[in-house]
Order: sequence, then structure tokens, then C-alpha cells
Amino acid sequence: MPLSNEQVERLARLARLAVSEDAIDTTRAQLDSIFALITQMQAVDTTGIAPMSHPQELAARLRDDVVTETDRRAAFQAVAPQSEAGLYLVPQVIE
Amino acid sequence: MSRSDWEVVIGLEIHAQLNTAAKIFSGASTAFGAAPNVQASAVDCALPGVLPVLNRGAVERAIKLGLALGAHIAPKSVFARKNYFYPDLPKGYQISQFELPVVQGGAITIHVGEGDAAYEKSVRLTRAHLEEDAGKSLHEDFHGMSGIDLNRAGTPLLEIVSEPDMRSAAEAVAYARALHALVRWIDICDGNMQEGSFRCDANVSVRKKGATEFGTRREIKNLNSFRFLQQAIEYEVGWQIETIEDGGKVVQATVLFDPETGETRMMRSKEDAHDYRYFPDPDLLPLVIEPEWIERVKATMPELPTAMQARFERDLGLPAYDAATLTAARETADYFAATVATAGDNNAKLCANWVMGELAARLHKAGLEIDAAPVSPAQLGSLVTRIADGTVSNAIARKVFEALWNGEGTSADEIIEKQGLKQVTDSGAIEAMIDAVLAANQKSVDEFRAGKEKAFNALVGQVMKASRGKANPAQVSEMLRRKLGA
Amino acid sequence: MSDTPLFDASVSFLRRALDARKISSVELASVFLDRIATLEPKLNAFVTVDRERALADAKAADARIAKGEAGPLTGIPLAHKDVFCTEGVLTSCGSKMLANFVSPYDAHVVTLLKDAGVVCLGKTNMDEFAMGSSTETSHFGSTHNPWKPGHVPGGSSGGSAAAVAARLAPIATGTDTGGSIRQPASFCNVTGIKPTYGLVSRYGLIAYASSLDQGGAFGGSAEDCALLLGAMTGFDKRDSTSLDRAPENYAAALAAPPADAAKPLAGLTVGLPREFFAAGMSDDIRVAVDAALAQYRALGATTREVDLPNAKLAIPAYYVIAMAEASSNLSRFDGVRYGHRAAHYDDLFDMYCKSRGEGFGDEVKRRILVGTYVLSHGYYDAYYLQAQKLRRLIAEDFRRAFAECDLIAGPTSPVTAWALGAMSGDPVQMYLADIYTTPVNLAGLPGLSHPCGFDRAGLPVGLQLIGNYFSEAKLLEAAHRFQQATDWHLRRPALAA
Repeated sequence: MPLSNEQVERLARLARLAVSEDAIDTTRAQLDSIFALITQMQAVDTTGIAPMSHPQELAARLRDDVVTETDRRAAFQAVAPQSEAGLYLVPQVIE
Repeated sequence: MSRSDWEVVIGLEIHAQLNTAAKIFSGASTAFGAAPNVQASAVDCALPGVLPVLNRGAVERAIKLGLALGAHIAPKSVFARKNYFYPDLPKGYQISQFELPVVQGGAITIHVGEGDAAYEKSVRLTRAHLEEDAGKSLHEDFHGMSGIDLNRAGTPLLEIVSEPDMRSAAEAVAYARALHALVRWIDICDGNMQEGSFRCDANVSVRKKGATEFGTRREIKNLNSFRFLQQAIEYEVGWQIETIEDGGKVVQATVLFDPETGETRMMRSKEDAHDYRYFPDPDLLPLVIEPEWIERVKATMPELPTAMQARFERDLGLPAYDAATLTAARETADYFAATVATAGDNNAKLCANWVMGELAARLHKAGLEIDAAPVSPAQLGSLVTRIADGTVSNAIARKVFEALWNGEGTSADEIIEKQGLKQVTDSGAIEAMIDAVLAANQKSVDEFRAGKEKAFNALVGQVMKASRGKANPAQVSEMLRRKLGA
Repeated sequence: MSDTPLFDASVSFLRRALDARKISSVELASVFLDRIATLEPKLNAFVTVDRERALADAKAADARIAKGEAGPLTGIPLAHKDVFCTEGVLTSCGSKMLANFVSPYDAHVVTLLKDAGVVCLGKTNMDEFAMGSSTETSHFGSTHNPWKPGHVPGGSSGGSAAAVAARLAPIATGTDTGGSIRQPASFCNVTGIKPTYGLVSRYGLIAYASSLDQGGAFGGSAEDCALLLGAMTGFDKRDSTSLDRAPENYAAALAAPPADAAKPLAGLTVGLPREFFAAGMSDDIRVAVDAALAQYRALGATTREVDLPNAKLAIPAYYVIAMAEASSNLSRFDGVRYGHRAAHYDDLFDMYCKSRGEGFGDEVKRRILVGTYVLSHGYYDAYYLQAQKLRRLIAEDFRRAFAECDLIAGPTSPVTAWALGAMSGDPVQMYLADIYTTPVNLAGLPGLSHPCGFDRAGLPVGLQLIGNYFSEAKLLEAAHRFQQATDWHLRRPALAA
């Protein structure tokens, strides 16, 4: 089922991706062809098959409750687009 | 229509921060109050390429809560990603549990109201799941921008979800209090609400009495005190009823409570229809909890409040009210138990009276918590022993308690000895005092003989006064009656 | 020493030269750095070449060699795919999003190799965030195939494959999510191995699709791959999916002499999946692959047909899982803590959309959009869950096949290297070229590609070997015996500066 431009715009909003007006038709057409490919899966009856979410079906390994990390703020914030007083700065958050 | 035609339906989601040393998926410290971002490790900052590894301590605490609630502890649970964008959520998703939570079901007993209106109720739990906390957005103005502190990001949380079993703000508060006491009792959360260690979201709806379908609910977010919880629900209930009665409709929404105005208002920021795109986190394998692990945790669990309450009633003969009051908080129960350990089981009721009476009043006056009481359980226990064996009267005991409180001595016996407070039981000495009182109070003697029982009490009082409180009142009373030939 | 130029030599040859002090590590690094300086303008195999750092590494390696503390890779030059975080060095992942990201930490693989004393020459070009099969989606421009500039080197680890093929580095790291080591190895006539999922730590490997990504090795031969892979594997407690197993000495396994020198692969059963040999691959590839299989039989192996009936579903299942995981993995690139932030925006929402819109290229954005869709409410079961069920069917196919054979062999790719731009208008056409490699990632199995001939245009053809879990030594040994008897892997592209 082909996507509408509105659906593409909704996905772009959900994924926080700016897609320009003039790129929307091309994007939609390319997504449609990808969906045509992946929709082939639906032809297979998988009733009773357990999903496999991981190649190694093992149990989680746990870490001990011990503090191992030290302060590396200066190194981490050296690559930050904008920081001040140890804080990462972002456009005003409104709740 | 009036308020009484409506039924209120409340379910709570409580986020309890677990008191682990390190974060749930990283080795950074969880200590509160550090300078911004110094406790945000590479994993907490979500640097490219970093990976989460689950903290065993967080899982252990979840198991403890499951055991305390009589819940099912899932042998296999799964961590999922809850995807949404927010500046305090560094990965763009929160690692949480969705389809298979670690704790399933369970129940907790709550005590609502006081006096004759008091009642008990069991509230069912839906689930409790492990997840990571987000960082904090600081809204002070940085040139029109917000500051992000990720120290809290990755702090382990248990989100404890109740069934919609509560029917009033009072029940919701009683439930929150009971859970708050329990998580502190089993020592999985410090319960500090000011620091955000225990936060409540309330799902509130109203429906006509007798209706079988639930009304549309609104979720009040981030209530960080029991008072706000009460106020927010009461305001919200009033608002919903008014809205419907005015012909309006309640629309599902997330709202915030403003303590300044006492009102709830819609949140503005999350304008998107929520589509969290949950899926199992491929970086984490399923959490498997073997029965042996649960047994090991069980062995380390303290006696639970309900069990302790029953034991106090059964073995110590305490009234239900006393047993419930003393087990409302772990610290109180511990104090009481230690007091009884010194004073002996036979004196348990006397210990209860002192812990709930004099001690509680004195702590309240001083603004102290019981674990900071200047009088130790051993000191109080020995004092209770001296009351029970007749060494001091209750009135004198209060003096001794005050002296202990003020640090005038290290033990009850020392203070009794030093201040000469030992009860006088020498009948010769008492008789002498009685004779003196009778001689000086002929008027009272006459009134008593004329049938006035009050006059007798006045005479007892005079003798006690003469003994400076140290005579045994029962002994005085008995000897006085004999003297007066009554 | 022989007449072989140093840049053409095997790692073991270089090891002997270093240990015998015939050459220093600094001199060796200079040989490769000079060669990079000459050929890089033509190939664009690197995003970053760090001459000073490489020479400092080499100096330290020389000191270690002098003290007699050298390991097998001490002083050997290497290139890292730019997907691995390297402290103090640009780690771009081929993206504008990270074009300014100097990593504050090392990936586990990088730490292991530093500890082994390797000399890092630089970081190799790749498809943006490893999303592609041609290295054309890199923000830093396409890498050219050394065998035919103007053609793609394959991808996503195209820079590493091209660097080894052009002998700009003797060995290189790569990652393989759906074929990103094996396919460029086949396009560039080098050997590449992707091990069992979980053998190489993913800590510090910038994630594309977490349940499929796996680090691996490129080299001029199976022997060189064995040395590099042996140094890359090892348990890492920072990766929950890292397997706690005793490390294996792959190189030692290859060095052991076979029982029967004439038939070194006697007793080895090689399975040939009917589905891989049905229509789909070009005639030239079929000829080369058939000849290679005849060679395997000549070396003592027996071949038999096996079935992988669900393998044809690997492409859609792979792309659904990979794009879903990618859509979530790439959410952290939001312009807040690192990476590209748009210069102009209205508010927070706009900052997100513009930073991500500008920082990501078209292929990455397409995959994020599709991944977002397949995880959305109402579509999850039909896409993501269905793909995971097919994943199990595919893994079960392999399990049954390995009951009948020791290794599986077939073409690595149905096509040889295509001209730059030939597929860029049609992403799906490029996805379909991953038909033989993606089933291996879905199952988490090890796979290797080694050179086995050329097509009529003179472009290399690779043979893929697939093994059961933890059969890396077996894969490497089979390829090694093949390479002892053939010289495809020794052919070099004609590269005029």
C-alpha cells in the first residue's frame, strides 16, 4: 500500500528529520519501493514460530553494583555544540 | 447532580529510585547533589558506540519488592526501548520494560482514615518494572536556552503500577504512604521525596455511581509530596465532574499540578501523538532470574511489616492499633523491638505506650526522626523495666526520661540513683508521712468521712507531694484507707 | 630478503623483518604513509591519515621490539574503519553528523590492537553509518575500486577493502552488518572475515543495527586475517552481547601441517546451497565460483548440495530489522551533546529536525524513516515481529544444513563492482545485491570471502565460506589451504600514481 505525503511527513516528524517540500515526492517514491520489497515477507505463514531477537539466545550478564567511572565532563563537553557552567545548552524546553 | 453521585477512580504509577551505588546500565555514581554532569559517564551521555550492562543490584532490589508484595517474579523479563526525543533523554530512547516486566501482580494493604471512620483495604498491583531515569532540564535562563544535567540519567527506577483500585484522594495517599514505607522498610529506596527519589503520577477519572465502564482518565505527572498528591487529585476530580456536568467531555491528557495555584494544567511540550515504538533492546539480552537467586534474596529480607504486626499482636499481646502504628515505619519498629529486647516481652505494652506516647511527642516537639532520638532503645528499655518493677512511678519515669533526653546520665538507673528518685516503699516512712498529712488536713478527713471520695484523692495527692513523688501511689492509697478505717 | 616490495608483503614476512631488525617499525610505517600520500588522491580510501600519530606509535613499537617484548602484531601498520571510536582522532562514521567528532574514548577493538602494538595509519572511508554496499553514501566522497577507478569498492567497509587491495595498509579492521566486510573484500580481491556474533566486542563501534553488527578483519590472505582477528577477539564486560570464551589462536591453527599434504582438506564436506546457485548470479561469477569449488575438491574436500529454503527471505527480513534498530540507534545524534547542530532554528523541535536533516545523508534518512514506520503502533507485528520470525526460520535452515556439511560455500555477491552512481537512483536494486551475505548476519554465523578469480572486465570475484558458530578457525584454514594452492589473492591491481 503506497504511502501518502502526509504519512511521510508524520514519519519525518516522529524521527525529527527535516524533509524539504521538493524532496517529499522523491522520498515517498523511494520509501514505496522499499516497502514493496519488505512486504514480500507477509506472504510467509509464520504461525507458531517464536521471534528471534538475538543471534545468541543467552541470558543477560550482569555487572556488580560498583562505581567504576570518574568525572570526564571536560573531555565529553569538549565536543559539545554548546555548553556552559557544566551544562549542555539547548533551545528552551517548555513543559 | 451532586458530588456524591460520582465515583472517583484512581490508579497510581510510582517511580521509586533504587538506592544502588552505581547506575542501572553504567558504572557512574548515583549520589545526589554533585556538580552538573560530573556523574554522567560515556554511557549516560550516550556517546556514539557505548553500550549498557545491567546492574545486578538494581535487579536484586526489584526482587525484594516482588517478594514484599507477594508478586510473581518473572523468570524471564525483557528490556525494551521506549523511543522519543527529549533533551534530557540522551539516547533518544529510554531503556525500560514493556511486555515482560520483572515484577507482576501483588497487593498491599492500606489503612485509610482515623478513629471510627478508619478502614483497611487491599490495593492490587499491576506490575513493577525496571527502567532508567532521565536527566534534568534546568529552566533558568541561559541566554534564552535551557541547561541539561545528565547526572540523574541512568539512575535505576522501579516503576510501580497499581490497578485502578483507589476511590478517593485519601485512599491514593494511603496507598502512596504504604508503598513509601515499604520501599524504605526493605531498603531499596531512600524515599526522599524532595530529592525526587519517590515520585507519583496519578491516573484520575470519574464515572457515575453504578457505571461499569471507566471514564476517560487524565494523568497528573510528577507529584513529589503526599500533600500535592492529595491536592492535585482533589482539584482534578472537581474539575472533571464540573466539566462533565457543564456538558463538556474529558479528553485523555497529561497534566501538571501547580502547587502555587493548586490547579492542574495540560502539558504543552509533548504535542506529538505518542508513538513510542517499543521494541526489545538488541543491546541487552533477556534478564533471567533463577529460583535460587530469589531464595538467596529472600534469605536477606527483613521481616515484613504485616508479618511483624501479626507477631506483635500474637506474641507480645499488643492491640492491633499499637501493632499497626509501631510497624508503619521500619525505624519505629526497629526502635520498639530493641526497647522490648531490653525490657522483656512481658513489658511490651508498656514499651509500646512509651514509644508511641512520650517518645513520639518529644520527637515531634524537637523535630527529630526516631533514628536520631537522644534516648536509645536500651535506655528506654531499662527505664520501662524500672517502672515495671516498681522502682519508679510513671510520673517519676517521665522525669528520668527527660533527664536521659538531656544527657544528664547514661542510664535510667544512674539517674534514679544520682537524683534520688527511687520509689519509697518503706511502710514506716510512708506511715509517718500519712500521719503528718492527716494531722494537717482535718477538713479533708471530715469530708471523706461524710462520703466525699474526692477528698480521699486529695489526701493521696498530699502524701505523694510530701514524698516528692517517690512513694508508691497504690501503697499510699491502701495504707491511707486502712488508717481512715474505710 | 626477497624482491617483494614491503608494501606487498604478508604480515608474517613483516614480522620476521621487524624481529630481525631488517627494518624498523618507523621505516615500515613511512613506506605505507608515503604510498598513501601517492595513491590516496586517486582512491579516497581514508577519511583521516594521521602521519604524526602513526610515527609515534611506530616509535613506541620499535622500543617494544628492542626490549624483546613484541607480539605478533607489534609494529605492524593497520587502518581502522572510521566506525570505531579512536580517542583524540576524528571518528566520523562517514557522516556530516560526526564530521567534527573527535572521540573522547577508544573502542574495545582499538584498545586491544593498541595493546598489541599495532601502528594505526588512519581511519578508512565507509558508507555513512555503515548504511550501504558501495561506500558511495560517505559524506567524504566515494572510495574508488583500486582495480578500476570509477567503480565502487563495495561497502560499507569499502575504504578498508580498497586500502588493503591497494596495499595502503597490510591489514584493516571492518564491520559487517549484512555483508559489509565480505562484499567489499570480494569486490577488491582481498580476504575478509566476519566472525560469529559476539566474538568481537561492539563497545565503541558506532551502532548501525545492534543485533547484526560485528567487527572483523581484512587482509591480503587468510593468514593475515587470522593474525588480525586473533588480536581483535576477546571478552569485553562492557558489551552485554560479548561472549565469554577463551580466545583462539587462529594463526597457530593455520601453521599446523595437514595430515595429507596433497589433500589438505580431506574429510571436509562443503555444502552448496541450491538456492545460491539458482539463477541470479552473473555467468562470469558462476564460472569463477565453479572453478574454485573444483579446486576445493582437488584439495580433498567433498561437495554436496544443501538447502536453505528461507534464504530468499533474508533481504526483506534483514532490511526490516536493520532499519528498525538503526532508526532507534541513530536517535542519539540530536545536536545536543556532540555532532552537527544546525546554525539556525526556531525552537527545540526545529533544532532537532534541522540538525538531523542536515547531518544525515539521504540513505540514512530513508532507513530511519522506514525503521520508524515498521516499529510504529499498528505495524510492529506485520513488519518487525514477522522479520524476527523469518530470522528464526533462516537460522534453522543453517542448523539443518550444518548437520550435513562442515562449511557452506557460494558466491559472495551476485555481481562484481559496479560503476560509481550506477545504482544510486534505486536503493532497492542495491539492497538485492546483499542476497548471499545477509542470511549469515541474521543467523549470527561466521563468514569469510576470499578471492577466486575475475570477470571479463577484470573485476575481482569472491568466494564466500560460511561456517557454523565458532568455526572461524575452520573457515580460515580452508581459505588458507586454497590460497596455498592458488594465486588469486596475490594478484595486484595496476596502480599508477
